[in-house]
Amino acid sequence: MSVEALSALGLSIRVAVVATLLDALIGIPLAYLLARRAFRGRALVDLLVTLPLVLPPTVTGYYLIILLGRRGWLGAPVYALSGWSVAFTWYAAVIAATVMALPLLVRTARAAIESVDRELEKAALTLGRSEWRTALEVTLPLARNGIVAGLVLAFARALGEFGATLMLAGNIPGKTTTVPLAIYTAVQTGEMGEAVALVLALTALSCVVLILAGRLGARAA
Amino acid sequence: MSRGLRITVLGFLVLCPPAVAGAQEMTLSVAISMKEAVETLGRQFMQSRSGVTLRYNFGSSGELQKQIEAGAPVDLFISAAQRQMDELEQKGLITTATRRVFARNVLTVIKAAGSTLDIAKPADLAGAKVQRIVVGNPKTVPVGQYAEESLKSVGLWDPLQPKLVLAENVRQALDYVARGEVEAGFVYTTDVAARSRQVVEAFRPAEDTYRPVTYPAAVVKASKQPALAQAFIDLLVSRDGQAALSRLGFQPPPAGVRR
Repeated sequence: MSVEALSALGLSIRVAVVATLLDALIGIPLAYLLARRAFRGRALVDLLVTLPLVLPPTVTGYYLIILLGRRGWLGAPVYALSGWSVAFTWYAAVIAATVMALPLLVRTARAAIESVDRELEKAALTLGRSEWRTALEVTLPLARNGIVAGLVLAFARALGEFGATLMLAGNIPGKTTTVPLAIYTAVQTGEMGEAVALVLALTALSCVVLILAGRLGARAA
Repeated sequence: MSRGLRITVLGFLVLCPPAVAGAQEMTLSVAISMKEAVETLGRQFMQSRSGVTLRYNFGSSGELQKQIEAGAPVDLFISAAQRQMDELEQKGLITTATRRVFARNVLTVIKAAGSTLDIAKPADLAGAKVQRIVVGNPKTVPVGQYAEESLKSVGLWDPLQPKLVLAENVRQALDYVARGEVEAGFVYTTDVAARSRQVVEAFRPAEDTYRPVTYPAAVVKASKQPALAQAFIDLLVSRDGQAALSRLGFQPPPAGVRR
């Protein structure tokens, strides 16, 4: 495998790991809130989180540019203050992967949390646990299988993200060229050997993740 | 209409392509910098030939070349550089006798309209305020190949590497500058018109620092419409065609150069 291919593989893993961690941080509390709390704007939050799942990735990518580009709603003030813009950096690849993978975690985890027996939560509350501790010590552990499954799906999605990444992060070898982008470039430039190597590497990696997830699920069950 | 019927009708509309009696269809794979020119001439071409429909496939010349190598059903190829056409000719995928150069272009460096940066010569690109420069990916995008040649000849290609953002085609490079995501970019002088409110020319690299930008066209060997494709090449080199190209800022091919 060439140096570029190896760097793409390393970058892809780094991006997918960081994106999955961010998704866990945002997605698990969000899934809990959506499952267990009635709050104003719940339907809107649900809609916004789910949209990247149904929209073409390029549409999500376009919104990210409008939001985070150098002249974007958030991007412009950040650039004015710091002279730095997230577009075309590896952070942009992380953001794209995080947004695209979030609905897979939230939807799976939410369904798992909703299926937890409320009587058990009530018992914990009756025994004097706060809602916070009930969530951490009763609800989430009982929903663990669904949450792990959601994390695995999110990781796999983050690993394979293409469209939104290309739009926000570009395709800069060594900086933002993840494996899916490198495969695209390799095919376009007729480097079929390189493309095959990357395709096999990504397939193997995805298989390993799925097998590990299956084992985790079996142990937890 | 019942819902089921509506869905059935919609299904038919989607699945059945419109049938036109005696229709001839031709697909043109065109270097994207030629988009407006080919579309303009294409309208003229279709008006004078009833029943002829042109389909356009715009992209970087390298991308289009790979598609033809992979057997894409294309009738006519218009490249923004000789290299991609040469490679197709060596592989026997174009009809050699039909190959004609019909236009010439000039490389330019642009910045966003309203940019206060002083970019007047290649060395200015190395300045600290120029954080990012977009060039077409030299592997597939001719304008990137010309930019690479030009920057190499002034010894700036290697030092500028950390700043380079690669674009998939020249219009993406144009877009990055227009959106203000990068401080400068390499495009053709004719591209500026497509985003004339958002970008301005900063400077033009010396023309002896890169190969002449010439556009060859050729009929693809696998074409099922070779006569029609040849007719389009004839239009490109005709007085009408040359006038239309000139209005859009293209130069005529260098004197005496036919292919």
